[in-house]
Amino acid sequence: MTEATEKAAEINIEQDGSRVVISGRLDAEGAARIWQRAIKESKEKPTVDVSEVTYVDAAGIALLFELEKTKDAKIEGLDPEFERLLQPYADDKLPDLNPPQRERVSVPVDVGRVGAALFGDLREQMVFTGQLAVVLAKTLVQPQKIRWGEMWLTVEKAGVNALVIVGMIGFLTGMIMAFQSTAPLRQFGVDIFVVNLVALAMLRELGGIMTAIVLAGRSGSAFAAEIGTMKVNEELDALDTMGLDPVRFLVVPKVIAGIIVTPLLTIYANLVGIGGGLMVVMLFGHPWAAVYNQLVGAVSISDVMAGIIKAFFFGVLVSGIGCLRGLQTKSGASAVGDSTTRAVVSGIFLIILVDAIFAVVFYAVGF
Amino acid sequence: METIIEVRDLTAGYGETVILEGLNFDVMRGEVFVILGGSGCGKSTVLKHMIGLHPPLAGHVLIEGRDISTAEGSDRVAILQRIGVAYQSGALFGSMTLRQNIRLPLEEYTQLSDEAMDLIAWMKLKLVGLEDFTHYLPNAISGGMQKRAAIARAMALDPVVVFLDEPSAGLDPITSAELDALILRLKETMGMTFVIVTHELPSIYAIADRVIMLDKETKGIIAEGNPAELRDHSDVPFVRQFFHREAEVA
Repeated sequence: MTEATEKAAEINIEQDGSRVVISGRLDAEGAARIWQRAIKESKEKPTVDVSEVTYVDAAGIALLFELEKTKDAKIEGLDPEFERLLQPYADDKLPDLNPPQRERVSVPVDVGRVGAALFGDLREQMVFTGQLAVVLAKTLVQPQKIRWGEMWLTVEKAGVNALVIVGMIGFLTGMIMAFQSTAPLRQFGVDIFVVNLVALAMLRELGGIMTAIVLAGRSGSAFAAEIGTMKVNEELDALDTMGLDPVRFLVVPKVIAGIIVTPLLTIYANLVGIGGGLMVVMLFGHPWAAVYNQLVGAVSISDVMAGIIKAFFFGVLVSGIGCLRGLQTKSGASAVGDSTTRAVVSGIFLIILVDAIFAVVFYAVGF
Repeated sequence: METIIEVRDLTAGYGETVILEGLNFDVMRGEVFVILGGSGCGKSTVLKHMIGLHPPLAGHVLIEGRDISTAEGSDRVAILQRIGVAYQSGALFGSMTLRQNIRLPLEEYTQLSDEAMDLIAWMKLKLVGLEDFTHYLPNAISGGMQKRAAIARAMALDPVVVFLDEPSAGLDPITSAELDALILRLKETMGMTFVIVTHELPSIYAIADRVIMLDKETKGIIAEGNPAELRDHSDVPFVRQFFHREAEVA
């Protein structure tokens, strides 16, 4: 009889639950159909007649095993071919299948652990910063130690390949700012000052921040994933045992690339963003000469430099934190994903934090 | 003996690259069938064609009479439910416990209750000697245990045949011998059929009922039969070299 023509398992509870008769195909489908009745409606120490069973698989064996162990059932008439499937469990008790209870932690302990983890992470960041500074200083003395090929490849991936996305975001941001600010300023007849707003916002803040956030999402995560995968594959251990410092070998080229591309991309984002804003101002009827004069009058060299100086630090932050998160990768399939997430989140947080510090410092020194 | 797998005129390879051609062999129910050969001869490629992971360049692989190489959709899934595969690395899902790994196919393809699936998962782990590790994550157990757990997962749906890719690779001799003993025990007690890709000679002698040896020069099967007989009586130079572990003489 083929699988298709055999009837699915059926159950008859006889003699008020003292006798259970199972027939048909006792596979996963059949066992699922009769499982609840077999367990609930049978009495203690029932006789289970399976002489009419035509096929038994693991699910059927599991049902017979549970009947044997929970009800002390006597199995009768099981074909010797299927009997051997039950044989490995003859001496076993029904196992405790509940997962072990997780350790219950009180809120203060939990808060303490999170705090300790944060401080630990901060400490690791400081140690890494120190290591990176030392290695960077050494490689400046011995520039031949830098893997220039790797560095330029990273410049291409993180910089050149980001031109389109950075340009699009910069241009659209400039346009949006101009559109949003034109209407209120027009009420007072000073909508030409939209030029000041867009230019200063882009140069001092948004150009650099947007570029850095895009880099954190594109390149910081990529650095973390690349180094994290290398760690999971024991490639970092291989570097270590070859006497090669992973920071010099892997991190320095990426950080130098970050230092090069972030200010350049920021300048590019500034130009495109201001271009987008000026285009909107001109669309609202202001002639090019007026717009140009307004721009030249509004922007000073310190405004330009403020964004570029910050971009330099953002470059170090984004590439450094991406590499650090990669180096901190733990084992397991989800570890690389965790590292990339942490790289992006930490990168964006640090960008905002450093930007806030610069805002205070620039204000204090009148820059 | 009943034929479980029929391989007919199989051309193995990828894209334009033909690795082996005109392969014909059968796998019988209840036997341990070993595919062996030198490095790069296409053993794993043939295995991938047999388990439906990559379609062959030509030919057919019939499992219980159904062609896995051309099957699509629900037909393909139905055939895949009849086979189990344990990969070289174990390929256990790292975020799941051993019990959850084994429950996964049961959850997808059966209507069993949670309790029944838990019990089946425990019983499968018991068969491979891991019943005390049901709640462990894969990275908390050794490589040998991971391979055993992978075999337990491969058996979750009671397949007619279990494929093992290099089961002894990376294991110490004792663990490797324990794995061989497990395969034999499953064959004897459960009547399991195994198709194994390996070139570990001690394992081959210990567990194989029948082997085929693949050869990249001739792109075909150069020997078929019992491994001890091939070792002692084969008149093919490469087969003798292989079984006697002799380096090629220039």
